[in-house]
Amino acid sequence: MELSQFIEKFAEQFDNTPKSSFAATTDFKQLEEWDSLISLSVISMVDDELGKRITGADIRSCATIADLHKLVESK
Amino acid sequence: MYNPFSLAGKKILITGASSGLGRSIAVECTKMGASVLITGRNSERLNMTFVLLEGSGHQQVVADLSTEEGIENLVKQCSELDGVVHSAGIGILVAPQFIKRSEVENQFNTNTFAPILLTSLLVKNNKIKSGASFVFLSSIVGTIFASKAHSLYAASKGAIDGFVKGMALDLARKKIRVNSILPGLVPTEILNMENALTSYDEVMKMKMKMKMYPLQRFGRTEDIANGAIYLLSDASSWVTGSALKIDGGITLGGI
Repeated sequence: MELSQFIEKFAEQFDNTPKSSFAATTDFKQLEEWDSLISLSVISMVDDELGKRITGADIRSCATIADLHKLVESK
Repeated sequence: MYNPFSLAGKKILITGASSGLGRSIAVECTKMGASVLITGRNSERLNMTFVLLEGSGHQQVVADLSTEEGIENLVKQCSELDGVVHSAGIGILVAPQFIKRSEVENQFNTNTFAPILLTSLLVKNNKIKSGASFVFLSSIVGTIFASKAHSLYAASKGAIDGFVKGMALDLARKKIRVNSILPGLVPTEILNMENALTSYDEVMKMKMKMKMYPLQRFGRTEDIANGAIYLLSDASSWVTGSALKIDGGITLGGI
Protein backbone atom coordinates (compact mmCIF):
# COMPACT_ATOMS: atom_id res chain seq x y z
CA MET A 1 0.00 0.00 0.00
CA GLU A 2 1.24 3.48 -0.92
CA LEU A 3 2.38 5.68 1.96
CA SER A 4 -0.25 8.35 1.21
CA GLN A 5 -3.05 5.76 1.35
CA PHE A 6 -1.60 4.30 4.53
CA ILE A 7 -1.58 7.74 6.15
CA GLU A 8 -5.26 8.13 5.20
CA LYS A 9 -6.20 4.75 6.66
CA PHE A 10 -4.18 5.57 9.77
CA ALA A 11 -5.98 8.90 10.18
CA GLU A 12 -9.36 7.16 9.87
CA GLN A 13 -8.80 5.47 13.23
CA PHE A 14 -9.00 8.86 14.96
CA ASP A 15 -12.28 10.68 15.70
CA ASN A 16 -11.20 14.04 17.04
CA THR A 17 -7.95 14.85 15.26
CA PRO A 18 -8.06 16.87 12.01
CA LYS A 19 -6.77 15.14 8.86
CA SER A 20 -4.17 17.91 8.54
CA SER A 21 -2.40 16.58 11.63
CA PHE A 22 -1.34 13.43 9.82
CA ALA A 23 1.81 13.34 7.69
CA ALA A 24 4.63 10.91 7.03
CA THR A 25 6.73 12.58 9.71
CA THR A 26 4.00 12.72 12.35
CA ASP A 27 5.18 11.36 15.74
CA PHE A 28 1.81 9.70 16.17
CA LYS A 29 2.17 8.58 19.80
CA GLN A 30 2.41 12.24 20.79
CA LEU A 31 -0.99 13.07 19.29
CA GLU A 32 -3.39 14.07 22.05
CA GLU A 33 -6.00 11.50 21.00
CA TRP A 34 -3.56 8.58 20.85
CA ASP A 35 -4.34 5.82 23.33
CA SER A 36 -4.37 2.04 23.67
CA LEU A 37 -7.74 1.77 21.93
CA ILE A 38 -6.49 3.62 18.84
CA SER A 39 -3.35 1.49 18.90
CA LEU A 40 -5.59 -1.58 18.80
CA SER A 41 -7.61 -0.06 15.92
CA VAL A 42 -4.44 0.51 13.93
CA ILE A 43 -3.39 -3.12 14.48
CA SER A 44 -6.82 -4.31 13.33
CA MET A 45 -6.80 -1.94 10.34
CA VAL A 46 -3.45 -3.32 9.17
CA ASP A 47 -4.80 -6.87 9.57
CA ASP A 48 -8.02 -6.05 7.69
CA GLU A 49 -6.55 -3.94 4.88
CA LEU A 50 -3.20 -5.62 4.36
CA GLY A 51 -3.62 -9.05 5.92
CA LYS A 52 -0.52 -8.42 8.04
CA ARG A 53 -0.06 -8.91 11.76
CA ILE A 54 1.67 -6.21 13.77
CA THR A 55 1.93 -6.03 17.53
CA GLY A 56 1.89 -3.44 20.28
CA ALA A 57 5.66 -3.84 20.48
CA ASP A 58 5.93 -3.07 16.75
CA ILE A 59 3.94 0.11 17.21
CA ARG A 60 6.03 1.15 20.21
CA SER A 61 9.20 0.69 18.18
CA CYS A 62 8.05 3.19 15.52
CA ALA A 63 8.23 6.96 15.93
CA THR A 64 6.55 8.28 12.77
CA ILE A 65 3.74 7.08 10.51
CA ALA A 66 6.36 6.54 7.80
CA ASP A 67 8.32 4.28 10.19
CA LEU A 68 5.19 2.23 10.79
CA HIS A 69 4.43 2.05 7.09
CA LYS A 70 7.98 0.82 6.45
CA LEU A 71 7.66 -1.83 9.16
CA VAL A 72 4.32 -3.04 7.82
CA GLU A 73 5.68 -3.26 4.28
CA SER A 74 8.63 -5.32 5.52
CA LYS A 75 6.40 -7.99 7.10
CA MET B 1 -7.44 -25.29 66.86
CA TYR B 2 -10.76 -23.65 65.98
CA ASN B 3 -10.67 -22.57 62.34
CA PRO B 4 -13.91 -22.05 60.35
CA PHE B 5 -11.82 -21.25 57.25
CA SER B 6 -10.07 -24.59 57.22
CA LEU B 7 -10.36 -26.70 54.09
CA ALA B 8 -9.15 -29.88 55.79
CA GLY B 9 -10.86 -32.97 54.45
CA LYS B 10 -12.16 -31.14 51.37
CA LYS B 11 -11.52 -32.18 47.78
CA ILE B 12 -11.38 -29.23 45.41
CA LEU B 13 -11.15 -28.93 41.61
CA ILE B 14 -9.38 -25.85 40.27
CA THR B 15 -9.35 -24.96 36.57
CA GLY B 16 -6.82 -22.64 34.97
CA ALA B 17 -4.32 -23.86 37.54
CA SER B 18 -1.27 -23.72 35.29
CA SER B 19 -0.84 -19.99 35.82
CA GLY B 20 -2.04 -16.80 37.44
CA LEU B 21 -4.90 -16.80 39.93
CA GLY B 22 -5.61 -20.51 39.42
CA ARG B 23 -2.11 -21.47 40.45
CA SER B 24 -2.17 -19.32 43.56
CA ILE B 25 -5.65 -20.52 44.57
CA ALA B 26 -4.56 -24.14 44.24
CA VAL B 27 -1.47 -23.62 46.37
CA GLU B 28 -3.26 -21.62 49.06
CA CYS B 29 -6.07 -24.19 49.26
CA THR B 30 -3.53 -26.91 49.99
CA LYS B 31 -2.05 -24.72 52.74
CA MET B 32 -5.52 -24.72 54.31
CA GLY B 33 -5.58 -28.52 54.24
CA ALA B 34 -7.49 -29.25 51.05
CA SER B 35 -6.61 -31.98 48.61
CA VAL B 36 -6.88 -30.63 45.11
CA LEU B 37 -7.34 -31.71 41.52
CA ILE B 38 -5.68 -29.11 39.33
CA THR B 39 -6.28 -28.76 35.63
CA GLY B 40 -4.94 -26.63 32.78
CA ARG B 41 -3.96 -26.93 29.12
CA ASN B 42 -0.19 -26.70 29.48
CA SER B 43 1.31 -29.81 31.10
CA GLU B 44 4.66 -28.19 31.92
CA ARG B 45 3.18 -25.19 33.68
CA LEU B 46 0.54 -27.37 35.35
CA ASN B 47 3.27 -29.55 36.73
CA MET B 48 5.05 -26.47 38.08
CA THR B 49 1.90 -25.71 40.05
CA PHE B 50 1.73 -29.34 41.19
CA VAL B 51 5.24 -29.15 42.58
CA LEU B 52 4.28 -26.09 44.64
CA LEU B 53 1.29 -27.75 46.32
CA GLU B 54 1.58 -28.52 50.03
CA GLY B 55 0.81 -31.90 51.47
CA SER B 56 -0.05 -34.93 49.40
CA GLY B 57 -2.92 -36.74 47.74
CA HIS B 58 -3.31 -34.22 44.95
CA GLN B 59 -4.04 -34.86 41.29
CA GLN B 60 -3.24 -33.08 38.06
CA VAL B 61 -5.14 -33.52 34.79
CA VAL B 62 -4.20 -31.80 31.55
CA ALA B 63 -7.43 -30.78 29.81
CA ASP B 64 -8.68 -28.42 27.13
CA LEU B 65 -12.09 -27.28 28.35
CA SER B 66 -13.01 -25.69 25.03
CA THR B 67 -14.14 -29.10 23.72
CA GLU B 68 -16.85 -31.56 24.83
CA GLU B 69 -14.26 -34.35 25.02
CA GLY B 70 -11.97 -32.21 27.16
CA ILE B 71 -14.71 -31.50 29.67
CA GLU B 72 -15.96 -35.12 29.68
CA ASN B 73 -12.45 -36.46 30.20
CA LEU B 74 -11.87 -34.13 33.14
CA VAL B 75 -15.20 -34.97 34.79
CA LYS B 76 -14.46 -38.72 34.45
CA GLN B 77 -11.28 -38.25 36.47
CA CYS B 78 -12.98 -36.37 39.29
CA SER B 79 -13.96 -38.11 42.48
CA GLU B 80 -16.71 -36.49 44.59
CA LEU B 81 -15.87 -32.83 45.14
CA ASP B 82 -16.45 -30.38 47.97
CA GLY B 83 -15.52 -27.39 45.84
CA VAL B 84 -14.86 -26.17 42.32
CA VAL B 85 -12.97 -23.01 41.39
CA HIS B 86 -13.33 -21.81 37.80
CA SER B 87 -10.20 -19.72 37.24
CA ALA B 88 -9.45 -20.46 33.59
CA GLY B 89 -9.81 -17.24 31.66
CA ILE B 90 -8.44 -15.19 28.78
CA GLY B 91 -8.79 -11.58 27.70
CA ILE B 92 -9.14 -10.70 24.01
CA LEU B 93 -8.76 -6.96 23.41
CA VAL B 94 -10.79 -5.42 20.61
CA ALA B 95 -11.52 -2.00 19.16
CA PRO B 96 -15.28 -1.41 18.71
CA GLN B 97 -15.31 -1.29 14.92
CA PHE B 98 -13.20 -4.39 14.42
CA ILE B 99 -14.91 -7.20 16.33
CA LYS B 100 -14.76 -10.57 14.55
CA ARG B 101 -17.17 -13.41 15.24
CA SER B 102 -14.22 -15.73 15.90
CA GLU B 103 -12.96 -13.39 18.62
CA VAL B 104 -16.38 -13.33 20.31
CA GLU B 105 -16.52 -17.12 20.14
CA ASN B 106 -13.03 -17.59 21.55
CA GLN B 107 -13.67 -15.17 24.38
CA PHE B 108 -16.94 -16.81 25.36
CA ASN B 109 -15.72 -20.39 24.85
CA THR B 110 -13.06 -20.06 27.52
CA ASN B 111 -14.56 -17.57 29.95
CA THR B 112 -18.23 -18.49 29.80
CA PHE B 113 -19.17 -21.71 27.96
CA ALA B 114 -16.45 -23.86 29.53
CA PRO B 115 -17.27 -23.09 33.19
CA ILE B 116 -21.03 -23.35 32.49
CA LEU B 117 -20.77 -26.71 30.74
CA LEU B 118 -18.25 -28.11 33.21
CA THR B 119 -20.50 -27.14 36.12
CA SER B 120 -23.48 -28.83 34.52
CA LEU B 121 -21.65 -32.06 33.70
CA LEU B 122 -20.19 -32.30 37.20
CA VAL B 123 -23.65 -31.98 38.73
CA LYS B 124 -25.17 -34.42 36.23
CA ASN B 125 -22.51 -37.05 36.98
CA ASN B 126 -23.01 -36.72 40.72
CA LYS B 127 -19.50 -35.44 41.30
CA ILE B 128 -20.63 -32.62 43.57
CA LYS B 129 -21.35 -33.41 47.22
CA SER B 130 -24.21 -31.86 49.13
CA GLY B 131 -22.90 -28.74 50.84
CA ALA B 132 -20.26 -28.15 48.17
CA SER B 133 -19.20 -24.71 46.94
CA PHE B 134 -18.68 -23.38 43.43
CA VAL B 135 -16.46 -20.30 43.02
CA PHE B 136 -16.42 -18.48 39.69
CA LEU B 137 -13.62 -16.01 38.96
CA SER B 138 -15.44 -13.07 37.43
CA SER B 139 -14.11 -9.49 37.29
CA ILE B 140 -14.99 -5.92 38.21
CA VAL B 141 -14.80 -5.39 34.44
CA GLY B 142 -18.15 -6.16 32.89
CA THR B 143 -19.99 -6.23 36.18
CA ILE B 144 -19.26 -2.91 37.88
CA PHE B 145 -16.58 -1.30 35.79
CA ALA B 146 -15.45 -0.96 32.21
CA SER B 147 -11.94 -1.04 30.83
CA LYS B 148 -10.69 0.18 27.46
CA ALA B 149 -10.78 -2.41 24.67
CA HIS B 150 -12.25 -5.00 27.06
CA SER B 151 -15.83 -5.10 25.75
CA LEU B 152 -15.71 -8.82 24.90
CA TYR B 153 -14.05 -9.73 28.18
CA ALA B 154 -16.67 -7.61 29.95
CA ALA B 155 -19.48 -9.41 28.12
CA SER B 156 -18.08 -12.81 29.06
CA LYS B 157 -17.91 -11.86 32.74
CA GLY B 158 -21.29 -10.14 32.81
CA ALA B 159 -22.72 -13.44 31.57
CA ILE B 160 -20.99 -15.29 34.41
CA ASP B 161 -22.53 -12.82 36.88
CA GLY B 162 -26.00 -13.79 35.70
CA PHE B 163 -25.23 -17.51 35.57
CA VAL B 164 -23.97 -17.51 39.16
CA LYS B 165 -27.27 -16.08 40.38
CA GLY B 166 -29.32 -18.57 38.38
CA MET B 167 -27.27 -21.59 39.46
CA ALA B 168 -27.20 -20.44 43.08
CA LEU B 169 -30.99 -20.56 43.10
CA ASP B 170 -31.25 -23.87 41.26
CA LEU B 171 -28.62 -25.74 43.27
CA ALA B 172 -29.69 -24.48 46.68
CA ARG B 173 -31.98 -27.48 47.17
CA LYS B 174 -28.87 -29.67 47.15
CA LYS B 175 -27.23 -27.26 49.62
CA ILE B 176 -24.67 -26.45 46.94
CA ARG B 177 -23.51 -22.83 47.04
CA VAL B 178 -22.51 -20.78 44.00
CA ASN B 179 -20.64 -17.49 44.28
CA SER B 180 -18.23 -15.34 42.30
CA ILE B 181 -15.15 -13.27 43.05
CA LEU B 182 -14.68 -9.93 41.30
CA PRO B 183 -10.96 -9.10 41.30
CA GLY B 184 -9.53 -5.69 40.50
CA LEU B 185 -6.20 -5.55 38.69
CA VAL B 186 -3.92 -8.41 39.73
CA PRO B 187 -0.79 -8.58 37.57
CA THR B 188 -0.60 -12.12 36.20
CA GLU B 189 0.14 -13.79 32.89
CA ILE B 190 -3.31 -12.89 31.49
CA LEU B 191 -2.15 -9.30 31.13
CA ASN B 192 1.05 -10.10 29.23
CA MET B 193 2.76 -7.65 31.51
CA GLU B 194 6.17 -8.45 30.10
CA ASN B 195 5.06 -7.09 26.75
CA ALA B 196 3.64 -3.93 28.24
CA LEU B 197 6.53 -2.71 30.35
CA THR B 198 9.21 -2.08 27.75
CA SER B 199 9.78 1.58 28.40
CA TYR B 200 10.10 4.11 31.19
CA ASP B 201 6.85 5.71 29.97
CA GLU B 202 4.95 2.48 30.39
CA VAL B 203 6.33 1.83 33.85
CA MET B 204 5.29 5.37 34.87
CA LYS B 205 1.81 4.77 33.42
CA MET B 206 1.52 1.57 35.46
CA LYS B 207 2.63 3.44 38.58
CA MET B 208 -0.03 6.09 37.98
CA LYS B 209 -2.67 3.39 37.57
CA MET B 210 -1.58 1.84 40.84
CA LYS B 211 -1.92 5.16 42.67
CA MET B 212 -5.55 5.37 41.52
CA TYR B 213 -6.31 2.48 43.83
CA PRO B 214 -7.52 3.80 47.19
CA LEU B 215 -5.41 1.12 48.85
CA GLN B 216 -2.45 2.27 46.75
CA ARG B 217 -1.46 -1.05 45.19
CA PHE B 218 -2.48 -3.63 42.66
CA GLY B 219 -3.81 -6.94 43.92
CA ARG B 220 -1.67 -9.91 44.80
CA THR B 221 -2.78 -13.38 43.86
CA GLU B 222 -3.09 -14.27 47.57
CA ASP B 223 -5.69 -11.49 48.00
CA ILE B 224 -7.92 -13.39 45.59
CA ALA B 225 -6.96 -16.84 46.87
CA ASN B 226 -8.00 -15.83 50.39
CA GLY B 227 -11.42 -14.86 49.06
CA ALA B 228 -11.70 -18.25 47.37
CA ILE B 229 -10.73 -19.97 50.63
CA TYR B 230 -13.52 -18.14 52.46
CA LEU B 231 -16.10 -19.08 49.83
CA LEU B 232 -14.95 -22.71 49.76
CA SER B 233 -14.93 -23.06 53.55
CA ASP B 234 -17.78 -23.74 55.96
CA ALA B 235 -17.44 -20.15 57.15
CA SER B 236 -19.51 -19.10 54.13
CA SER B 237 -22.17 -21.77 54.45
CA TRP B 238 -24.94 -19.14 54.41
CA VAL B 239 -23.50 -17.32 51.40
CA THR B 240 -24.80 -18.03 47.93
CA GLY B 241 -25.46 -16.07 44.72
CA SER B 242 -23.08 -13.35 45.87
CA ALA B 243 -20.30 -11.44 44.15
CA LEU B 244 -17.27 -10.89 46.39
CA LYS B 245 -15.47 -7.80 45.22
CA ILE B 246 -11.73 -7.84 45.96
CA ASP B 247 -10.42 -4.72 44.30
CA GLY B 248 -8.45 -2.40 46.56
CA GLY B 249 -11.35 0.06 46.47
CA ILE B 250 -10.97 1.04 42.80
CA THR B 251 -14.69 0.74 42.07
CA LEU B 252 -15.51 3.29 44.79
CA GLY B 253 -14.94 5.99 42.15
CA GLY B 254 -13.80 8.67 44.52
CA ILE B 255 -13.77 12.07 42.87
